[in-house]
Amino acid sequence: MGTISRRDFMKMSGAIAGMAVLAGCGGGSGSSSSDGGSEGGSIKVGLLGPYSGDVAQYGLAVRNGAELYVKQVNEAGGINGKQIELDTMDEKGDSTEAVNAYNKMVEDGVVAILGDVTSTPSIAVAQQSQNDNMPLVSASTTAAAFVEAGPNVFRACITDPFQGKLMADFAADQGYKNVATIFNSGGDYEVGVADAFVEEAKSKGLTVTTEQGYAAGDVDFNSQLTTILATNPDAIMCPNYYQDDGKIVTQARQQGYTGVFLGADGWSGVLDYASAEDLEGCFYDCSFTANNDDEKVQKFIADYKAEYDADPGNFDALGYDAAIVILNAIETVEKDGKAEYGTDDYKQAIVDAIASGTADGVTGTIKYEGTGDPVKPTLVLTFEGGVEKVFTTVEA
Amino acid sequence: MAKKTATAASPKVEKGYKSLSMPARYVINLVLVAVFIFVGEAMIDGGMISRYQTGVLEQVGIYIIMAVSLNIATGYLGQLPLGHAGFMSVGGYSCAIFIMRNMEAFGVTARDFATGAPQATLLFVVGLIFGGIMAAICGLIIGIPALRLKGDYLAIITLGFAEIIRVVMQNIDGAIGMDLTGGQKGLTGIPSYTNFVNTFVVVAISLFLIHTMMKSRHGRAILAIRDNEIAAEATGVNATYYKTLAFVVSAFFAGIGGGLYAGCIGVMMPAKFGFMKSVEILVMVVLGGMGSMLGSVISATVLTILPEALRAFADYRMLAYSIVLIVMMIFRPEGLLGSYDFSLSRIIEKAMNGQLFKKKAKAAKEAK
Amino acid sequence: MFDVTFVTQLLNGLQLGSIYALIALGYTMVYGIILLLNFAHGDIIMVGAYISWIVMSQLGMSPVLAIILSVAGCTLLGVLIDKVAYAPLRDAPRLSILITAIGVSYFLENGAQLVFGADAKVVPQYFEMDNLMLGDVQLSSVSLLIIIVTAVSTAVLTYVVNRTKLGKAMRAVSEDMGAARLMGINVNNTISFTFAVGSALAGIGAVLYSMAYTQASPTMGIMLGTKAFVAAVLGGIGSIPGAVIGGLLVGLAETFVSAIGLSVWKDAVVFLMLIIVLVVRPTGILGRPMTEKV
Repeated sequence: MGTISRRDFMKMSGAIAGMAVLAGCGGGSGSSSSDGGSEGGSIKVGLLGPYSGDVAQYGLAVRNGAELYVKQVNEAGGINGKQIELDTMDEKGDSTEAVNAYNKMVEDGVVAILGDVTSTPSIAVAQQSQNDNMPLVSASTTAAAFVEAGPNVFRACITDPFQGKLMADFAADQGYKNVATIFNSGGDYEVGVADAFVEEAKSKGLTVTTEQGYAAGDVDFNSQLTTILATNPDAIMCPNYYQDDGKIVTQARQQGYTGVFLGADGWSGVLDYASAEDLEGCFYDCSFTANNDDEKVQKFIADYKAEYDADPGNFDALGYDAAIVILNAIETVEKDGKAEYGTDDYKQAIVDAIASGTADGVTGTIKYEGTGDPVKPTLVLTFEGGVEKVFTTVEA
Repeated sequence: MAKKTATAASPKVEKGYKSLSMPARYVINLVLVAVFIFVGEAMIDGGMISRYQTGVLEQVGIYIIMAVSLNIATGYLGQLPLGHAGFMSVGGYSCAIFIMRNMEAFGVTARDFATGAPQATLLFVVGLIFGGIMAAICGLIIGIPALRLKGDYLAIITLGFAEIIRVVMQNIDGAIGMDLTGGQKGLTGIPSYTNFVNTFVVVAISLFLIHTMMKSRHGRAILAIRDNEIAAEATGVNATYYKTLAFVVSAFFAGIGGGLYAGCIGVMMPAKFGFMKSVEILVMVVLGGMGSMLGSVISATVLTILPEALRAFADYRMLAYSIVLIVMMIFRPEGLLGSYDFSLSRIIEKAMNGQLFKKKAKAAKEAK
Repeated sequence: MFDVTFVTQLLNGLQLGSIYALIALGYTMVYGIILLLNFAHGDIIMVGAYISWIVMSQLGMSPVLAIILSVAGCTLLGVLIDKVAYAPLRDAPRLSILITAIGVSYFLENGAQLVFGADAKVVPQYFEMDNLMLGDVQLSSVSLLIIIVTAVSTAVLTYVVNRTKLGKAMRAVSEDMGAARLMGINVNNTISFTFAVGSALAGIGAVLYSMAYTQASPTMGIMLGTKAFVAAVLGGIGSIPGAVIGGLLVGLAETFVSAIGLSVWKDAVVFLMLIIVLVVRPTGILGRPMTEKV
């Protein structure tokens, strides 16, 4: 009896696999399919990010920013008479889904991709993109390995080490003598900022009293904070994402700490996660704040409000700027007119145009100097009575 | 394609009420597998199946291995391990790291995996087995203490062990001062050493091995323990030995599945192999029917393809999973197919009486 | 200097441990009576925290009302889950009920994610409290409050279980459900009551958790529930003092592992502790040894 079932079972496997193939075919054919890029046609750009799941808030913000700029360009007549068509896909914060979505975009015939949003899926996509030399611009991926994947990969945000160094210099300027750190010791971003901070702080003659790590998903930081407070620091560097930062600041205040916290751009949005009085007088660096008098920024905020009826944050602004980087490059290539749309030459031309171009974004003027990392100015922000303010601007 | 495999088999079954000899059966199965893989590969080469769809198909194969291997411990042994993803993680990391570190020794470059050079294939096989063995060792380490405990305690201890694996994968680099797993940010740059053909060859071999084991003396001992451990022991079955065996074999194939996963995705992240992933695999097993290999295969296939086909409903997928689990347990605790594997012989008997054609026509229609 | 830090760390550990203990009590009671590992217990706490958030942040009502509604909401939810998902399976194999519990847990998590979104919500502070100064040691008022509330809750629970009629019924049902039924005890009501008490404790736990950690997120119940569950098993599932001891042990272990700079390993240490205890004493520290009937 056993052997008989074995055979039938194999047949069934065949049938199932058959179903699999058919179902897969069905899934694939749904996407719109204008491969043509003849004049008056459209230019297809991929937009990849997590729009559901744990990190959806970042993906949605980047998407809002990017879609806003694309809409503005299209309303102004598009590029070279062609409309920009976005091929948007949700990867749910998952590397597997991201690679699947990337492959689907390649099949759909996109000429550049704005994405991905968070580190690990971004790196997976960047590696995959090497097969196609696909121009890839991430609004928000700070991990070093992302742009190291190849010359076709760029980002619009500043990197982790850059922020760490910047905040250490800032701490020295503020006259702090003793500093401590608390960071997610498994996080690429957090470790990147904290390490650079410690290195620069030491070279500036500051004393780093203690470096405390925690694991992703932790909610209780009391133990680490007790250790830190026992060393009496002037400031605590807390370069994590805002939800963790909110908890850390609150718990430190519960323990009676009255000093300053320093942070990096992961703090953007922290105001919703800790009380105004707990945050009073803390500092963090960021590319964007809504409370910036700059004309360009104010116009962006007004446009964004008109479109979405909400205030833009750092990720929205970076999404907007990443779209500027890509579309500027496509415009250069289209005006040049040498490469035929959709060819490998066309993609290479876009990559070259990004590398040599300048994008005038709402988070500052973005240039690339031989790497995928941008050169751009940075803001140091502070909190006053529950309002975020620009404390100083650090030029690139 | 489903049609083809069906017609290829039917002429050989048609005649007589006697069953076929063992070698003939193996040949038939081998031919079926070969035809399936050949046709699939031909469709990929011919552009009928896109790269995206190929990727999804590979994941189907991987989850088939995961579900069927969990079924050994859940359906056949009757325990509830909640750490299957932990074994997958161990296998995936071990296999990927082994292959990445030995590429030079084997004289293999990343490109060779795509062309199927013999050294690359050898490295793939060795790496996969290495991954499986590492997972099996973990299965042994946890199995010995865990299997002394009953149901619930076993569930929680395996859950705990999978969490320990996660923490170890996240922090081992710092502890031993080597760049091994890449920590929490994950292991990146894994060469894509899997493809449609080798994935499904591994799936076929795994299913064959698990099937033959379950039909053997050892398999029956395991089933006896599930049905009544005390009675089984009274009849001379060494319960501890067989429980551990089932557990280790289950872990081994989970490791194989993990090894394929690493090559298919190219990135390994410890957090991906948490409790959630274990439950996802468990849902496949429960849905298909605990103790039914066919059920596991079908539900793994459907539950892998469905979310891809229905991307729009992604938000509701996990909610639907949970409702399905609850409703299933209340109304049909034995799963969709129950233990359908064992009644397959009846279908063959029907087939021998000339009723096969109807069944096959139906199967082919379903495939469409 | 060291002593001050040590006292504070001890307080940190007791604070965390108290929350674990309170949740572990819920696991222990439900397991004691129907031998079910209620995987959804941690997620009940999540719902409790969201109730506090809705009442205070969204509706702008008073913290006292938030506390009452959180505890009441959790109690109702616990009883409802039992009636809908577990009661139909009273005579089913243990594996089926366990899988159902996992299903319920998943349902609550994913339901919360759909309703509230994946982003964490901040639960406002219930009360403003100044820290106590004891010599040079600053004692966190939140920690003290959590420890006191847990101690009182445990005392009340012990009284209810040991001294009241309902408690007697609970003990009888947990001893032998069939015999209890023959003695005229309403088994279903007793089980419901057990779920109600366990979930009410989860509600109190939710309030204390929100007080200390201020954020509610759909997945917060997973780790919290798992750790509390470990605490219950560690202490000996089915035993009230066992749950408290287990909870405090886990909390102190986590705090002191972090204090010596190994914070990333603390989850591994907790689970390792569990495995070791289970191997040495398969029913936990205060658990009664079980014999299997043929």
